[in-house]
Amino acid sequence: MATTAARRQRTAAYILLAPFLVIFVTMLVVPLIYSGYLSLFATRLVGGETFVFLDNYVRAFTDPRFLGGLLRMVQFLLIQVPIMLALALFLALALDSGRTAASKTARLSIFIPYAVPGVVATLMWGFLYGNDFGPIAQIFRQIGWDSPDFLSPTNVLGSMMNIVTWEFIGYNMIIMYAALRSIPTELYEAAEIDGAGRIRTAWSIKIPAIRPAIFLTVIFSIIGTFQLFNEPSLLSRIAPNAISSSFTPNLYAYSLAFVNRDINYAATIAFALGLVIMIISLVVQLASRKKESAS
Amino acid sequence: MNTAAQRATRLWTAAGIVGALVLTGCSAGTTPTATGPVSDADIQKALETPTDLLFWSWLPDVEDEVALFEKKYPAINVTVENVGQGPDHYAKVRAAIAAGAGAPDVIQLEYPYVSSFQLTDDLLDLSPYLPSDFSDGFVDWVWNQVSRGDQVLAIPQDSGPMGNLYRSDIYAQAGLTESPATWAEYADAAAIVKEKTGSYITDLPPNDAGAFIGLLWQAGIKPFAYEGGEKVGIAVDSPEAQEVAAYWQDLIDKDLVAVDPNFTDQWYQGLSSGKYAGWLTAAWGPVFLQGTASDTAGLWTAARLPQWAEGEDVSGNVGGSTSAVLSSSENPIAAAELAKFINTDEESITMLNQQQSLFPPQVSLLESQEFLAQKSEFFGGQEVNGLFADISTTVDSTFEWPPFMDYVYSSFEETIGAEIASGGDLSAGLTAWQAALEEYATGQGFTLE
Repeated sequence: MATTAARRQRTAAYILLAPFLVIFVTMLVVPLIYSGYLSLFATRLVGGETFVFLDNYVRAFTDPRFLGGLLRMVQFLLIQVPIMLALALFLALALDSGRTAASKTARLSIFIPYAVPGVVATLMWGFLYGNDFGPIAQIFRQIGWDSPDFLSPTNVLGSMMNIVTWEFIGYNMIIMYAALRSIPTELYEAAEIDGAGRIRTAWSIKIPAIRPAIFLTVIFSIIGTFQLFNEPSLLSRIAPNAISSSFTPNLYAYSLAFVNRDINYAATIAFALGLVIMIISLVVQLASRKKESAS
Repeated sequence: MNTAAQRATRLWTAAGIVGALVLTGCSAGTTPTATGPVSDADIQKALETPTDLLFWSWLPDVEDEVALFEKKYPAINVTVENVGQGPDHYAKVRAAIAAGAGAPDVIQLEYPYVSSFQLTDDLLDLSPYLPSDFSDGFVDWVWNQVSRGDQVLAIPQDSGPMGNLYRSDIYAQAGLTESPATWAEYADAAAIVKEKTGSYITDLPPNDAGAFIGLLWQAGIKPFAYEGGEKVGIAVDSPEAQEVAAYWQDLIDKDLVAVDPNFTDQWYQGLSSGKYAGWLTAAWGPVFLQGTASDTAGLWTAARLPQWAEGEDVSGNVGGSTSAVLSSSENPIAAAELAKFINTDEESITMLNQQQSLFPPQVSLLESQEFLAQKSEFFGGQEVNGLFADISTTVDSTFEWPPFMDYVYSSFEETIGAEIASGGDLSAGLTAWQAALEEYATGQGFTLE
């Protein structure tokens, strides 16, 4: 009797899962396999298609443009992600300890940039950064200072970090804030009795308690950073010479496929990028687990 | 009495007609690609057969010209789709061709891209569908852009012979009465304009390979050689091109020309605010200016490009499009007729000029008194059409494009374009561009000439 019930339950589970599985397989798994297959070939405008096995991968990991893009993203990761997450954490803690009527408005206004589509946000920042007519440049000129060129080849990465921070701070803040709200209040009472102040409570109770949520935002940020595409792609229209077609690995894959008409190598770059992201995520995950068991 | 049954019958009849249309559409699709000239009878028959055509173009309101075609040939139904402009459009065309289904019959195709699609045999040779004297209807240099030997790969729609559009008020302020006749005078004028008015004489866009190539074209330089097949010539680093680069290097070093990317908000702003005293552009430039710098109406004048040698009168071309038929089209006769009609029918080409402001490559319009004598208020009553019609006859007639323009454009931005933008070494930029192009070409299996 019990087994029939279990079987029926299992059948129901599969039926309920089926729509997702069908879409998952056709829209994700099959294209993934196909592009993996493509990456093993080389197609030339003259001469056609040949099987090259792993040659494309050898080329990718020795391609200065791909490696340069990766390095740029590592730079982005090391500078932008800590700043963004620290700010998000600070805001989440501030909102959590405030718990006033104003915190609702504050929460919403910090979150709003995330609700603005990335494309719109980038266009807006592109205007703000404008050299001749941008408001920032105008303010600088009013004061009588030289306005910095936000879109010059040396500054554009920093300008992009600013955009991405602005866009995603609210998103990360919400994840951390939600985690903070689920901490049992008894812990705070206990801390208070022990004589812990607000800062001490935050440091010793809140942050350790939401470590999984913080870890989640770190992983999301790593993946997001390596997959940067919208921001560089849109900014390249207004700063075409500062942002090369291989500025980020994703942009490079796109321009290989649609500008250079080299779909096979584009698929290789996409796969190689996936590999790099996987390795870095794994390293971060292992490092955090080690830390957890140590503490 | 309008009963449900009647309505249903009517619906079914309509469906039947649609079905019949689809069926005949399919049967017309079996017409083999003609090898010899197609007879008038064949053409007549194809044009009377109900046919659906798909036309991809980003020209605004091209539906109006298409409507003229549909009015003349009621059996043919043309669907116009705008799938993007320039590179986006080509990427989608290539994807549709590769997919083997859903490709349009007729596409908008810019001159530099004809070779790209010729290489992959994606263009239908239109010569069997055209009268033998068809080429006489177009300006020589434009016709050379679309023909390969006896083959005709596209029908010219518009062109962009180059001139110098300048702010006569800024020039006057600097004490200049007319556009410099030579490039040497232009450099002198640049210094005077900058000193007296603070404006740059022009902008050299670091993102627009087309504009730069136009300047090379005017200097009589042939940076590319390609006639089909596997051989391609690349000479963007030739001594002559280096001379052009050295000229601009000097102006950039002295801060006499701006180096802003064009067609950006900042650049539009520069045009209307007088940051640039002039714009070296094509015959479609005037109309474009009227839209973006409308505050400055009446202050502009159009002139010829400065010349490299005194007494010379030559120009280059930037931009312009054609209509081409894809070889995958199942209705080549009707598709060829559409491409031909919208670009040669008098009513249609007049409309293209007056409504969409395209500059005509069609001789009939270029010689029409009404067209030539049209005065432009924006240019202080100047007969701008007449000027550009004259310039059109001075464009060097043999200019070829390599079959990978997407890469030519993108690599420009990263090599010489980057040097222009940063005020760096243009000469090294050209060398780097040459190297990038050669590497790409050989990597794609081409043999360098």
